[in-house]
Amino acid sequence: MSTTTKAGPLRHALTLNESACVKGDTLLEATDVVIRFNLRGKTLTAVRSASLALKAGETLAVVGESGSGKSVFAKSFLGMLDKNGRVASGSIRYRGAELSSLKGEREWLSVRGSRIAMVFQDPMTALNPLKTVGEQIREAAALHRGLDKEHSRLLALDMLARVGIGEPERRYGQYPHEFSGGMRQRAVIAAAIACGPEILICDEPTTALDVTIQAQILELIKSLQRDLGMAVLFITHDLGVVAKMADRIAVMYAGQVVEEGLSAEIFYDPRHPYTWALLASLPQLGVKGEELFAIKGTPPSLFKEIKGDAFAARNPLALKVDFEHEPPFFSVSPTHRAKTWLLDPRAPAQEAPDTVRRLRARIAEAGKAAGLREPNAPTAVAKADGAKKRKAKKAKEQADE
Amino acid sequence: MSKEALLSLDGISVRFGAGRKSFRAVRGVSFELYAGETLSLVGESGSGKTTIGRAIMRVHPLSAGEIRYRGQRISGAVNARSERLLRQKIQMIFQDPMASLNERAKIDYIVSEGLYNFKLFKNEAERLAKVEKALLEVGLLPEFASRFPHEFSGGQRQRIGIARALVMEPEILIADEPISALDVSIRAQVINLLNQLKRDRGLSYLFIAHDLSVVRFISDRIAVIHRGRIVELAASEELFLRPLHPYTKALLSAVPIPDPEAEQKKKLVIYDPSIHDYGREEPIWAEAAPGHYLLGSPGELAAWSS
Repeated sequence: MSTTTKAGPLRHALTLNESACVKGDTLLEATDVVIRFNLRGKTLTAVRSASLALKAGETLAVVGESGSGKSVFAKSFLGMLDKNGRVASGSIRYRGAELSSLKGEREWLSVRGSRIAMVFQDPMTALNPLKTVGEQIREAAALHRGLDKEHSRLLALDMLARVGIGEPERRYGQYPHEFSGGMRQRAVIAAAIACGPEILICDEPTTALDVTIQAQILELIKSLQRDLGMAVLFITHDLGVVAKMADRIAVMYAGQVVEEGLSAEIFYDPRHPYTWALLASLPQLGVKGEELFAIKGTPPSLFKEIKGDAFAARNPLALKVDFEHEPPFFSVSPTHRAKTWLLDPRAPAQEAPDTVRRLRARIAEAGKAAGLREPNAPTAVAKADGAKKRKAKKAKEQADE
Repeated sequence: MSKEALLSLDGISVRFGAGRKSFRAVRGVSFELYAGETLSLVGESGSGKTTIGRAIMRVHPLSAGEIRYRGQRISGAVNARSERLLRQKIQMIFQDPMASLNERAKIDYIVSEGLYNFKLFKNEAERLAKVEKALLEVGLLPEFASRFPHEFSGGQRQRIGIARALVMEPEILIADEPISALDVSIRAQVINLLNQLKRDRGLSYLFIAHDLSVVRFISDRIAVIHRGRIVELAASEELFLRPLHPYTKALLSAVPIPDPEAEQKKKLVIYDPSIHDYGREEPIWAEAAPGHYLLGSPGELAAWSS
């Protein structure tokens, strides 16, 4: 924020803790972030005191419905909020430096692109239709890495090859309209990684793509992450697609993180009713001829103050306290926590719905027969899981008596 | 399921453009839609699945083949009476619920537009009753009739699109990616609604989609389309359990599994169309197992089926 940084070169707008990051160190930490938008004289609170930490080399998936604030939250890490939006309170720290105090495009450029890069949902709007694909990747590399024309061109060619675009020399000179949807998304990813970012934010990168292409792009992001050691923040509305990608998952609802944990913890031992609902409504878990679980109602309006648990109104299992007081986070394990009163020791024991508890069995059933995958052997997690469930069930029976 | 073919497509082709620049989007597609069933067309974008739906609606003229509705030809030149019948009995639901509703019209008009065109009501009271019934059937309140589309959420708009189709009392609904634009939780609501309407009204669906997990849940039979041709058609579970065509296998392997362990183990199959040598041997459409059809050269069929 100091006046001297404004005139300085791009690199020096921030004092970063440049000590080498080992896998597992926290790279980016957002704490109690509140993001507000002014819309036609009204104030919309899109993110309501959400916290996230992204560690070096990991993939963190942020899952939520549209309007849950997941994209807005991620955009605030890059200073890309729309003009009427602002980070009202909270801190976003990247390698020890406070990002939310950055002012203007120029200061943000020291982080955006070079340190934290983003891949968007629609590859057609992310690329300039009037410039060749190669040139767009080269420009990004030249700007952020300070390379001359020849070097940045070589780098761009290398990136094209790296993201699996065949004949990079020929493709370099082509325009976006000559690329298919999947190839365009590969090109966008190439431009993002050309700057050598430490963090890659992918905002629904496969939503606009076909299933087959989606699977290929997911594999690509995964392999790039492994090879380049980036941390990936993966934003999606579909829990189904993150099973492969994510090390950890954060579930967002109405502008808050409501549950976060390791991927296995979220899928095999979810605790928040909203996570249950998201899992149960996946068509992969549906039984033919039966109703698919559907979440009733719609998310609350974020123009108004929300009292209590934001999900309470749509939650058939909601407790009285959910309508009165906002629940705090309860720890389930050192890596797993959920924001629900159900985890309070005073709350009645409540099991996850049947569909969710039998997730593993359902999937195995559907997959085994297809001959595409091996049936799952029960693992330690599953056994521990089972024990926990039995315990909960017992507690419930006692409570019922 | 009664095996009465409501709709039969017989070797239909659709060609866009003329002369050297022409492109065959649909090439010799044949299938039948039976009363009370859900048949899904799956394939990637550009495979021609939407074009087939539109060809049935007479939006695109056929360059070859014939489409029949209850034995009566509805493709090519037809008399005004059949066209009228078809327009009423086959309805369509679209992907984008925002783009497919008239922004400037109230829900009341949107839902009754078909009724006005076909004069399907004797008096105003009957029209209002029909609109009210259609709205209730899709889970909307009758008082919504006086509102505009922008006042509704995506899921509600999709319901309005369904109400608009239902009010015509159709037999067949062609649903073109009706849930692709919806959120996970809303998606489940719309799937349930479609299933319930099928049960209550005995509707038949031609369901066009690329999301196989939804398709498995909702369909009785599935046809897999690749580059304008149906490469495999089978009962839904049969197709998922015993996929025979390499393209189907690739498509199935791409379906994301919501289970980290299973997903880690999964192997992605990539389909390479150059494995076919159709220059030498023309592919034929054959029944590999009862009700399980497959497109391939005689050599391939033998190899895949064993």
